Amino acid sequence: MINGKIDFAKIVDTESQEFPEIKVLNEAGEIIAPELDPQLTDEQLVALLSKMVFARTLDQRSTALNRQGRLGFYAPTAGHEASQVASEYAMDPGDFILPRYRDVPELVLHGLPLAKAFLWSRGHQMGNEYPDEFRALPPQIIIGAQYVQAAGIALGLKKRGRKQVAYAYTGDGGTSQGDFYEGINFAGHFKAPAIFVIENNGFAISVPRAEQTAAKTLAQKAVAAGIPGVVVDGMDALAVYQVMASAREWAIAGNGPVLIETLTYRYGPHTLSGDDPKRYRTPEMDQLWLSRDPLIRMRKYLTAKGLWSEEKENQLIDQYKAEIKAAIDEADQAPKQQVSDFLKNTYDVQPQNIQEQLQKFEQREAN
Amino acid sequence: MAQKTMIQAITDAMAVELANDDNVLVFGEDVGKNGGVFRATEGLQAKFGEDRVFDTPLAESGIGGLSIGLALEGFRPVPEIQFFGFILETMDSIGGQMARMRYRMGNTRQMPITIRAPFGGGVHTPEMHSDNFEGLITSFPGIRVVVPSNPYDAKGLLISAIRSNDPVMYLEHMKLYRSFRDEVPDGEYTVPLDQANVTRSGRDVTIVTYGAMVREATKAADELAKANIEAEVIDLRTIAPLDMKTIIASVEKTGRVVVVQEAQRQAGVGNQVISEISQRAILNLQAPIGFVAAPDTPFPFGQAETAWLPNANDIIAEVKKTVNF
Repeated sequence: MINGKIDFAKIVDTESQEFPEIKVLNEAGEIIAPELDPQLTDEQLVALLSKMVFARTLDQRSTALNRQGRLGFYAPTAGHEASQVASEYAMDPGDFILPRYRDVPELVLHGLPLAKAFLWSRGHQMGNEYPDEFRALPPQIIIGAQYVQAAGIALGLKKRGRKQVAYAYTGDGGTSQGDFYEGINFAGHFKAPAIFVIENNGFAISVPRAEQTAAKTLAQKAVAAGIPGVVVDGMDALAVYQVMASAREWAIAGNGPVLIETLTYRYGPHTLSGDDPKRYRTPEMDQLWLSRDPLIRMRKYLTAKGLWSEEKENQLIDQYKAEIKAAIDEADQAPKQQVSDFLKNTYDVQPQNIQEQLQKFEQREAN
Repeated sequence: MAQKTMIQAITDAMAVELANDDNVLVFGEDVGKNGGVFRATEGLQAKFGEDRVFDTPLAESGIGGLSIGLALEGFRPVPEIQFFGFILETMDSIGGQMARMRYRMGNTRQMPITIRAPFGGGVHTPEMHSDNFEGLITSFPGIRVVVPSNPYDAKGLLISAIRSNDPVMYLEHMKLYRSFRDEVPDGEYTVPLDQANVTRSGRDVTIVTYGAMVREATKAADELAKANIEAEVIDLRTIAPLDMKTIIASVEKTGRVVVVQEAQRQAGVGNQVISEISQRAILNLQAPIGFVAAPDTPFPFGQAETAWLPNANDIIAEVKKTVNF
């Protein structure tokens, strides 16, 4: 009999010890962990909340535009504002973002012209024509691919001696992909400055987080790669900012990557292409997460400091709506796409098949 | 000028480009201290340092993603996939991501990546090492697939591939690594991408092939000449996209074609060549197009390779059938 000689229950329990959830600002808008308060200036606090209001407004307008048939593919972001906006707010303009399809707010805040974000949504090539100096890739669809690519960007930054970081975003479902493990493992081995962000909103379309893995947290997957893993309240902008800014310091100091799990929720459906969350979520669950809303607690905090008012927020919303309208009007002006351009963009030096087909399509388009 | 094997020519090409351009990086599994399992990167780490020539963890998809990220930061990655049989692990990086990047981003970004991989039958590797998966890669627009058939071309094509601003899948036939030597010039020279090479001139029939089958086709042509059949041999060199101009010019001259590939009938590039010839030159043909290829089974067990792989006798028989039609 060898039963019981090795205590596997104890081993798995030890391995699965909880990663504590880092929180700074509670739902009442009070600082509950002063030692972790990033101590942003008043100006920075206003800027951060303003950007969160922008992201919420963009989500509401994008949803409306989609329903009017004026936008294409759209993955709602409401509920993710702390995870998305505060993480971008902690970046340097030269940091590189590898987003997935839900991370349009970070791209726009990092400098992507809003009209391009709308063109991407509509399926227009100009949406992906990024200015040379803009440090990002278009949203990744093949989930996990951004993780292995982030390791490459980060190794490149290290080899160039640039004090900048590659940020890769995925959701909770993405952590089940092979590329997730390969990406964090490569970056860890090379001590490359990458920050891997998991926006854990509890559902990969309809599949709950508990059905993705036996692991208790997603952050603990960092252990196997030999890198730090952190769980943070993804509805708490100050906690997210603190964790991101600290991770950035750690990474550019040459210590390698960090894996960050933000606990958040998407109020809307997976995308506006037919998903109905009522099939897999309860109203009680929605209510619970709405009570943790990232904007509400920041509003309370800033209002108590005398930095915020409803009137100010309404002014901002009007301003953002005007910006969004201008951007969608600009997107409407984009020229019709031509197959000849696609052919020209496929290779640097055109091989014979491309030359032949280009001739054919240029003739067709001239008529 | 020196007599070199194909693998020496490949090492030489990487050394030339590592010296020419600081952005060239060579990496993969065992490529550093060990110099690669075939010794293709022998001595490169010692000469150029661990920053330029380095080992990676064992994960092909990771190697693909690493290459894409490094290319976006301005490097010219030359990753090695240890055996082409392992390429399926990195197919998203190749077909889904790097081949599409220039197109996807409206010509604002480029992927100057050369992925090297040993492939092909005849050296009795264990299962799942040697597979002729080249046809898979040839179906992705945006990437070139290059297969040298001799040491001279191997060096010149690899230098061209590394200098190309587009991704290249560069396939090294394992049986050719050390089976013969060629005069290979020292220093730098290039062999152009996208150009097939007429390696033997003939009036009666055109044999279109690539990789290790160029040697078999040449052997067959020598044999056929004794029977007064003069075969022209075309070495594709770049198997995707195809140089149809060279092929069609030959077909118009000879009026007969035999396409030869080591891959299975359903799997290689031969069907594409046959399709293009049929569309462009069918009225020049005096006989149906012949096709020599391996049977439609998975790549064979090591001891069965000889029975499975196409050879010069198969080519001779197919040419005679075509000529005597």
